[in-house]
Parts: sequence; structure tokens; C-alpha cells
Amino acid sequence: MKKAYLNAMLPAGPGGLLIENGLVATVGPSVTRDAVGSASVVDCKGKLVLPGVIDMRVFTGEPGSEYRETLASASEAAAAGGVTTMIVMPNTEPVIDDAAMVDFILRRARDTAKVRVAPMAAITKGLKGEMMTEIGLMKAAGAVAVTDGTKSVTSAALLRRALTYARDHDMLVVQHVEEPGLASGVMNAGEMASRLGLGGSYAMAEVMMLERDLRLVEMTGARYHAAQLSCAESVAVMRRAKDRGLPVSCGVCINHLVLNENDVGAYRTFFKMSPPLRGEDERRALVEGLRDGTIDVVVSGHNPQSDDTKRLPFAEAAFGAVGLDTMMSTMLSLYHNENINLKRLAEACSEAPARLLGLQQGCLAVGAPADFCVVDPQLSWQVEPASLYSRSKNSPFEHRALEGRVVETLVAGATVYSAA
Amino acid sequence: MSTSLYTAALMASTSKRQPVFKAQHLLAVSDLSVTEIPKLLDLADSYVEVNRNAEKRHAILTGLTQVNLFFENSTRTQSSFEIAGKRLGADVMNMAVSTSSISKGETVLDTAMTINAMQPDFLVVRHQSSGTAELLSQKVSCAVINAGDGQHEHPTQALLDALTIRRHFGRLEGLEVAICGDVFHSRVARSNIHLLTKMGAHVRVVAPTTLLPSGIANFGVRVFTSMKEGLAGADVVMMLRLQVERMSGTFVPSQREYYHFHGLTEEKLKHAKPGALVMHPGPMNRGVEIDSSVADGAQSVIREQVEMGVAVRMAVLDALARNARKQLGGA
Repeated sequence: MKKAYLNAMLPAGPGGLLIENGLVATVGPSVTRDAVGSASVVDCKGKLVLPGVIDMRVFTGEPGSEYRETLASASEAAAAGGVTTMIVMPNTEPVIDDAAMVDFILRRARDTAKVRVAPMAAITKGLKGEMMTEIGLMKAAGAVAVTDGTKSVTSAALLRRALTYARDHDMLVVQHVEEPGLASGVMNAGEMASRLGLGGSYAMAEVMMLERDLRLVEMTGARYHAAQLSCAESVAVMRRAKDRGLPVSCGVCINHLVLNENDVGAYRTFFKMSPPLRGEDERRALVEGLRDGTIDVVVSGHNPQSDDTKRLPFAEAAFGAVGLDTMMSTMLSLYHNENINLKRLAEACSEAPARLLGLQQGCLAVGAPADFCVVDPQLSWQVEPASLYSRSKNSPFEHRALEGRVVETLVAGATVYSAA
Repeated sequence: MSTSLYTAALMASTSKRQPVFKAQHLLAVSDLSVTEIPKLLDLADSYVEVNRNAEKRHAILTGLTQVNLFFENSTRTQSSFEIAGKRLGADVMNMAVSTSSISKGETVLDTAMTINAMQPDFLVVRHQSSGTAELLSQKVSCAVINAGDGQHEHPTQALLDALTIRRHFGRLEGLEVAICGDVFHSRVARSNIHLLTKMGAHVRVVAPTTLLPSGIANFGVRVFTSMKEGLAGADVVMMLRLQVERMSGTFVPSQREYYHFHGLTEEKLKHAKPGALVMHPGPMNRGVEIDSSVADGAQSVIREQVEMGVAVRMAVLDALARNARKQLGGA
């Protein structure tokens, strides 16, 4: 019944974790072998014990494109990457835009997935950007936020009303910030795109959509979250908005923290994503934004694509990269580079998403669900297609060596992944 | 013994044929080094002589198969490659894919792999997406020649332009070359910029800013928006084609406004050096980017460019065949 993880490195420092009935019973330096009585004991030997990642941006192919990914296969990848809660996007076929679809996802996840799953539902019917969805009913059914996923709500009038209405239901509105007219390209606009002869998307397309949205937040007072920032100017804009006390937050994709546009190289489509990877200066500004707390959340942006959508000329290939399998390992690269400490890592990957979405898990506190992972920070491994649990293999980290790997993942105190 | 017969005899002695460049494919100008480009142009020069003979056949590629895989319509480039291959004795097959498999949903890679399974020795590829030649070269087992990929590169066009220029001036180094028009959408412009700057020519681009790619100044060129300033002192004026769909309101306001400011007229040409060469990769929009009087005028070398195109493509096929044989020999 009781299980103790001893001699671990917790986000707050050295200590142990005692779990009982799927919940955290005690945590901290006081949890030692003598203090845990009859509990079964795991000696972590200095490994990290971190709250499981709550990944606020996961695409699967269920329903509609199960050949690319199901909730079940995504959850295998999640467990291996230290992700214990997947927030799935509404960009499915059919779209998650009514209460029945929210219910479908939750039931499928309960029956097939290893980790917790909660859906974000669409802001607009069919993601068409025309009519508001039943935000209140979908929330009652279990949707944790509303978003149009890969699409921006471009109509200012509609977004203003959606924000106003969502506020009545205390529902978080998550927006993909990209002015589509200026972001019609396939990679970051600039010299690199010009050399490759590829259409460019301007960083300014993101900044102007973000600035417009923040004005709408000012008008409505609704809780607003920019799903992914990709450039320095967006970080600056967000910093000012927070200083002014607006109820806003933002996320960044791990890919934008550790990769840049040069990785596109000779038209490598696994590096084609939306928003696009940008220059090194932008990447550094994002890392700084994460470190100083301007950026609240890191997401994997997990977006499974297969050969039929990726083995194409760059301009014709689909956007997106898988990221669940490698989530914890890639986050650890920021820790190894001393960009962020473990406390900040746990905040951005677990605590902040839980707070924004109103979830119980995400924090190793007494009484909280025992969703966590044990990580060997020094274990290095090579990312190969065969080492990924995701059904799709479009990882930008393919063939790269990563330092640090999850050795065990638990959801509600039960092991869902074990490297052994 | 005339010079042409001598060079032909020299080339025919296959045992002595030295490699011209290292690359196994010709995908971009960057596949060729500063020392390899002149050697390739020398070889092309010798083929110009061959092509001017009554007997143009020169069977050094006998038994080899060349497939022209054109996903985009092209008259001159495709026929140029076809003639080049046939004159060297290769079996040439043209695949017009825009109307066949792709419309049935087959991907470009599937089409290329299907052809690859038929064991060609050369795959000449044109496609509307940048990077397609690169993508195919990673998957097929024969030599790939990029005959134009999206807005990326068109290396044989740059080589034939360089050959044309070199035959007139005897050199490329130090020449002032103005590339004018739709640089933004032009693979010809990109390949020419890379090749000419690599060989020491001074390149300027002249265009309305809406038709210039961002970061163009970092390509080692000077940037002008006025034809008067951009053409001042130029040895070569290279015009680019402006596609019809880009003429009306999206990139420039209208055809006539474009012609007024950026069309090459006899008057604007006077800003260049006297006797400056006028070039155009074709097909031309007469009365849009270039006046008929200039296109057909004394300074125009546009038809000569077409002639050089066949010679350059023969040289490229020859050089790649040498590398392929070298590879087999080494295995």
C-alpha cells in the first residue's frame, strides 16, 4: 500500500517521497528509511524525482487519423517521456467542439490510455472561426480550456465575445498567435528562407496577433493563454502585459528552446513546425523568458506525422514534430546547460499548467495525486525511430544523443513506465 | 586538323577522361568549387565546337539512360537536356508528370523511386517545390541533375549564363553584372548570384523591394531599386521573367507600372557600359520586363544563351558520367 522513494533529488532539494493510496503522503528531507516504517522502499541513489509533466499541447490522431497516433500510443510515448497528463487538442476529425466529443475523448482515454488525458475543446464550431462553441457545456463535460489549436481566431469581434463569455464560466482561452496573412510561409522569414527558396513567415505575425489579443483581454478581463511564443519581441510584449497585471500567461514549445532555424539544413521536414523555428537570438530570448518566469509553461507540441505527410518537398510537407517521448530528456538539456534549475523545470512543466487548468496533480505536495517520474539525469541515449513509443517517428531529435532519461513514471501511484 | 576535330578526338579517348568535379549530383551551385567551375566551362566550350559541326553526335554515353522528370511545364530546358543527352548517345526518356501520376495522388518520391527501379543513370528533375532535387538525390541510386526546384536553384542555367559571359569577356572575375526583376521568385537569380560571386564577379540586383527576398544583402550583392543607378557601369544586364500572376496587384501594381520603372528599354540600357551584354533566361514577356528592340538588338545574347545551354548540359552529363564510372571502378 505504501511505497517510499528515498535518497532522491526533489525540485526543492534532496529528500524522499512517501506515497499511499495513489496520493502523496509525505515529501521532503524528513522522508528517510527510518521514517517510512513498513513501506516498500526504492533507493533512488540521487536520481531526480519530479512531478509528472502536464503537457498542454498534444495532438493525437484520435479520432480521425489513428494510423498516425491513438490516445493509447500517445500515452505510451508520454509515459516514457515523463508526461503524466496529456492535454489533447481539438484538431481532430471530427473536431472536439461539443460536449459529446469531450465525453468521447475522456471515455476513450479512460479505457485505453496509460496516463491522464484531458481535452481542450474548440473555441469555434468546426475550428472555422465563425461561431462560438458551447463553452459552458463542454466545461461541464470535462474540457479544461478552449482553443482552436493550430488556428488563430482571427476575427477580433468573435474573439472578444468568446473571451467575454468564457469569463462567465471561468474558462481559459488558449490562442495560437499568428496573423495568417503574414505567416503564410513554411519556415522563418529571413536570409535562411531566401537561400533555400522557401516562403517565410514573419515573427512579427505572432507579435501583432499577441498584441491585438492582449487589448481584447484588457477589454474583457478574461483569462488568456498564448499557446506558444517563438520570438524575443513576443516575450517582451508578454512581460509588459504581466507587469500591467493582465490575467495572461503563455507557453513555449521545447523545440523552440533547444533548436533554431539552422537545423532545417537541407530541407529537413522534421524541423518544419508552426510557429517556425527562428534564429538563435530569438531562441536565447525564449530561454531567458522561461528562466525569469515571463514564459509560464513548456509544452512538447507533440504532433505525429507519417511518411505520407513528411516525406515530401519541404513546402508541401505537414507542420509538426513528435515530442512526448523526448520531453523530459530535452527539458533536462536546459537544466544541464544551467539555463534553468529543477524548481523552475517543475514549475514550467507541471505546476503552472495545473494552476492554469485547475488540476489537482502537478505538484509533489501532501494529499496531491502521486503523478511523478524518476529520472536519471546522467543516463545518455541516442534517439532512434525504434526507441520512440509514438506511432509516428517525426522527431527532430532523431539520431541525436540526449543526456538524461526517465527510468520510471507513475500515475496515481501506479507504475505506467519502467525502463528496467 | 581543325581545332574542333582535334578536341573531339581528344574527348573520344575515354581512357584519358579526367574527373571535372567531385560531386555525384548537380543540385546547386554549391556542389561546384571555384576550381571546378572553370574546368566545367572549358569542357562546355569544347562541346560548343562539337555542336557547330555537321556531325554532332559524340557517343560517349552509349548504353546510359537519362530520364527527364519534369513536374513543371518547360519547353526550352527539357528540350535542351534532351538534345544534350541524345548528342552524347544516351537513351533519353521524357516524363511529363504534371499530368500523370501526381494527379492520381502519388507523391514525388514514389514517382522517383518507380523510375529509379528502372535503373536510369541520370535523373533530370524539375519541380515546383524548393529542395525536391535534394530530396530525390537522397533516395535514388543515379546521378540527379537539378533542372530547377521551386525558388531555390537552377544550376545549369547559371553555368550557361557564365559560359555566355566568359566567351564574350574572356573572364568572369571583376565584371559588373546587374540582375534585374523578380529576384524574389527566381531560382535563376539565386544560382547566378552564387556562381558569379563565387567566381569574383560583382553582382547587383535591381528590383522593386517587393520582389527582393529578405536578407538579400547578405548574399554578397549590392541592392538597387532604380534601374538608372543599378545599371550604371554594368558589363552585363541580366533580365528575369516576371510571371503573369505576380504582375497585377500582389507584388507590383500593374504590368504598365512595372514596365515603366523596371522594363529594360533602349533608354535604360544606355546607363550600362556601352556594348553591355543583354541576357534573359526566357521565356520573355516582351513589353513587360524587356522591350523587343532590346531583346532583338545588337547587344542581346539571348539566343546564344540557348545554344550554350545545350553545350553546358552535355558537359554536365559527361562530367557526372565520369564520376559514376569512377565510383564503379573504386567499388
